Order: sequence, then structure tokens, then C-alpha cells
Amino acid sequence: MDLGYVELQHTADWAACIWAPDFPGLLIQAARAMFEMSGIRLVKAPKVERDFELEATDDESLLVAFLSELLFLQETEALAFDEMSIHARGLKLQAHLTGGKIESQAKEIKAVTYHNLQILRLRARLEVTIVFDV
Amino acid sequence: MLTAKDFQKISNYEWEIPPRIREGMRVPIRIFATHQLLHAVLKDQSLEQAINVATLPGLVGDVVVMPDVHQGYGFPIGGVAATAYPEGIISPGGIGYDINCGVRLLGSSILAKHAAPHLNSLASALDHYCPSGVGKESLLKLQHSELDEVCDQGARWAMKKGWASEQDLRRTEDGGCLKGASPVKVSARAKERGRIQLGSLGSGNHFIEVGVVEQIFDQEAAQKMGLHVDCLTLMIHCGSRGFGHQICTDYVQEFQSVVRRYGISLPDRELVCAPLNSPEGAAYLGAMRAAANYAFANRQILAHQARKAVEEVLAGKVENWYFHQVYDVAHNIAKIETHTIKGRPQKLCVHRKGATRAFGPKSPELPPEYQASGQPVLVPGSMGTSSWVLMGAAGSMQKSFGSSCHGAGRMLSRSQAKKQIRGDQLRSELERKGIHIRAGSLPGLAEEAPQAYKDVDEVVEIVCEAGIAHKVVRLKPLAVIKG
Repeated sequence: MDLGYVELQHTADWAACIWAPDFPGLLIQAARAMFEMSGIRLVKAPKVERDFELEATDDESLLVAFLSELLFLQETEALAFDEMSIHARGLKLQAHLTGGKIESQAKEIKAVTYHNLQILRLRARLEVTIVFDV
Repeated sequence: MLTAKDFQKISNYEWEIPPRIREGMRVPIRIFATHQLLHAVLKDQSLEQAINVATLPGLVGDVVVMPDVHQGYGFPIGGVAATAYPEGIISPGGIGYDINCGVRLLGSSILAKHAAPHLNSLASALDHYCPSGVGKESLLKLQHSELDEVCDQGARWAMKKGWASEQDLRRTEDGGCLKGASPVKVSARAKERGRIQLGSLGSGNHFIEVGVVEQIFDQEAAQKMGLHVDCLTLMIHCGSRGFGHQICTDYVQEFQSVVRRYGISLPDRELVCAPLNSPEGAAYLGAMRAAANYAFANRQILAHQARKAVEEVLAGKVENWYFHQVYDVAHNIAKIETHTIKGRPQKLCVHRKGATRAFGPKSPELPPEYQASGQPVLVPGSMGTSSWVLMGAAGSMQKSFGSSCHGAGRMLSRSQAKKQIRGDQLRSELERKGIHIRAGSLPGLAEEAPQAYKDVDEVVEIVCEAGIAHKVVRLKPLAVIKG
């Protein structure tokens, strides 16, 4: 399957180009990029599950809201996730996440920005570049 | 794509991009740089970002770009933009996620040679007393009502706890408390994050640095600041932690639809804004001030903790171990200020994103001891290089809305820095130079390596030659604690 991410050059912050075949896949891939770039490692047990629903005015806002929710859980409960299931319908999404407590983390992301944020709908995939404030 | 012909030379240190070069620009851009630095700046997107800022509605005067400018998100870092008050706009992205990120400098009469045998212990004690690093919470856990008090009172809240002196507050921008904060306009999520982080440094480029006054350029001003050659200083760089990050996140999200409501069209969604005289703009202004006050309190508590560390290590070993406040400045903030525009005083909302207020002499906002000279401007360098204390000059009031640079400014991207520099090697190299390092993360240390930054001495030279600040002292680092 055509999905992945690549870190891009950015002078002050972090930027990543992320791609996936569909919108839920793009959200999951963006979350993975965010966790990997932060150098997050999870404890092996116990597993923790979280479910939440989000709504936004467009896909880009839904993407920012989803990643911001993960940053909130990361900071307030020290949680991150390695299995994610997302159902998106229109401008709403339901997320079911499985993960655990963070054992170690190299770097902190302060926020997910809207800087030049635009989800590109290419022939076989969706692609977006996200700038993270660090 | 900008090219050299798009710039008009004003002087060897000032350049202008006229509004005609891009459709939608409402005002010119004034850049403080040498010819050489200007070309270096063109390598990233900072000036394109400044052009985007120049399209915002309600701007007054020029968009100003400092010599430490580098690419950010929305606004460039090292940018100043002023909008008419109250009919202009306020943009959360023009302040940034780390609201009231700023710098505090403490001075002392401790001779570095007397402290030298104890510097390693001092670095460890500072690391112990001032929580830093990813996910590190504060030792304080505030009740929600206490957090609201912090939002309203800023550093004054710390004074009530016995953690600040009257001099500390007097020598803090706005006395450490912005009026008009609205904790009710802050989300429950932001409060949840803020409640457990007050009194912590965080990570990224935040630090505590023990330095020494290496050279004095203005003896009278240094005397007023209590800075003496060969004596120790202590610098604290941090902001409003997750509290400010969440407030900015909340309002940037909300303002995505607000701009449509007010018919504002923008070249970049991170520049979303609201009219200052709208309910949405007023709500953000109140929430932003709450975060600014949180940051003033945060730096005050860290200063108190740092003084405890100093006492533990140096009491009885040096004659006077007290570190007095020199000044505390914000470099990510928007403030309502009065400036003279075309000969008339006008109230403006001055956005400073990676820029320091640098009011010149006779500014009524300054404490009495700095009235005659001008505001202390704190310019941290990078770990292995100098930091500077400047003073705001009269030119800053005419050219830059009373603003100056805020640091060296990044040159290398973080990914380039990590590829080129290894954290453990950097730590050894700095320790060989006699700089004691405490770092929460080695990759994080590599990203902040001196090689990743511009030459701070050159940046300072430009703002001084341009007449917006002048030199007081240069500091040399002795110990750095990084999150």
C-alpha cells in the first residue's frame, strides 16, 4: 500500500510530507509520523484504549483536531498509540486507539499548525505537508 | 520567488520590500540586515512569510523584520506587525503557540573565579530545582481557582507566595502582569495542561544559563543594571508551556471560521485573525493575556527556584550570593501600545513574534532606573557563544514599533543539525570549552547546537548600527541547563 512520510527541511520547526491512499489512512500516518519524530517509546504493558469523536469544518481542520487531540492525551496522560482505527464520514470522525503509557520521549511537539496546510488529492493517494511547532 | 531586485536599499543595515511586488500586500516590509545577511535570509521562506503578513487587514506602518529572522509558520520568527486598535485585527499565529515566551536575566556580584570550583554543582542544583525536559511537570499542582489567580495576577501571584521581590516585579515588562486577562476565555483543556506545569522550563530551545559578564560597552548602563565585569549572571528562557500552546491551538482552530464570518481572505490559514473590536478578537486578547501572565509567573517561579539552587551551592563560599533581577522581556506577544505614526500618537496592537520590545529612553512604561537610558533588551546567543544585553534606542520608536531582535536566529534546519552534529560529541566539545551541560535529550541538544544558529554578534551589530538598540554588555556561557 502507498503510505508513508518523509521529514522535510524547516529552519525553526519540524515539517513532514505525509501520504496515504485515503483520508483515515492519512490521519493514521500523520499520527505515526508525529510519534516517531518525537522519538516516543511505549511501555510494553498494560495496553490502554481510547475512543473519541471529532467534528470540524473541513478535512484539514479535522486532521489538525485529530493530531491536537493526540498531543493533549500525550501531555495530560502520557499516552501514545500504535494501533489506530478511524472511521470518517463527511466532516466527522470516530477514532479507536490502542497504545500505552510513554516510556521515553526524545522531543516535544508544542502544536500542529495550519501553515500552508492543504490536503492534495493526487491520482492514487492523498498527500499533505504538516508543520509542527517544536 | 523573491530576488535581489525586489529590495530597495535604505542604508547599509536597512532594506525595504515595497508593496507593489506582490498583489495583496497592503504595507511595505522593512528588513534590518546587511547585504550578506539578506542573501542568507533568502534561503528559507522567512521573507515570503513576511509578505503574507503584509496582506493582513488593518496594518499600520511597515511589517518589520529583524536580522535574526528565520522561517516559522504563518509569521516569520523575528517579525513585528502593528494593527490599528481597536478596528484592526489580532492574529494568534502572529504571537505563536508559546505565548509570552521570553527571557529573564539576573545579575550578581559573584566573581566567576570564586564560583569556578562550584559550577558543576551549581549546574546540577539548577537542574534539580528547575524541572525541565519533555513531559516534566512542575512540583506545583494548582487548584483551578489558583490557576485563575495566576492568569489575573501574573508574577504578582508569585510575590504573594513570597517568591518574588518588589524589584523583580518592577524590572519585568508590564510589572509581570498584563491588565485585561480573561481566564473565563481559556478552555478547560488549556487549564488542565497549565495546572500541572507552572514552574517548569519545558524543552526545545528553552534553557537556564549561568554566564559571566565578559565585556562592558556602556559602563553607566551596566552599573544601573548591576552588571559587573567577570561577575556571574543567570538567564532563563521559557514561556507559557502547554497552557499557552493549547490556547493558541484552540483559537487558531476557532478563527478558521471567524475569518469567513468577517470576510477576511488570507494567503495562509495559520494567519487567521479576528477584528480586535469583535467578540472573538476580544476573547482571544483576554485569553492571550492570561497566558502571558502565566508565563511571567512561570519565569518568576523558576528564578526563585534558581536562587534556591544558588544558595544551596554558594552560600558561605562567596561573599554575596544573591542574584538580583536585571529585566524580564517577552518575545512572543501582542500588546496594545501607543506609537507616533505620521506625527500623531496612535493606539496599536503590536504583534511581536520572536522580537523583543526595546523601548527607548523616556518611555513611561519603564521603571525609574531605566527611564533615562532605555529598556534592557536581552539577546541570548546559542550554547557555546555570547549572549548580549542591549538597550532600546530612540530609533526603535521610529523604525520598529519599539522592537529589536530576540536572539541569534536559526540558520540550519533541525533535521540538518541532527544529521551534522551528534549530541554526545557536542556535549563533550562544550565541556572541553569549560561549559557545563545538563541536557534532557541528546538529539534535542544537537538541534540547538551553536552551528545551527547565525552569528549573534553580527545580529547585534546590525540592530545597533540601524539605531534601534545599543550595546551594554556581552556575556559568555559557563553552564547550560536544557530541557
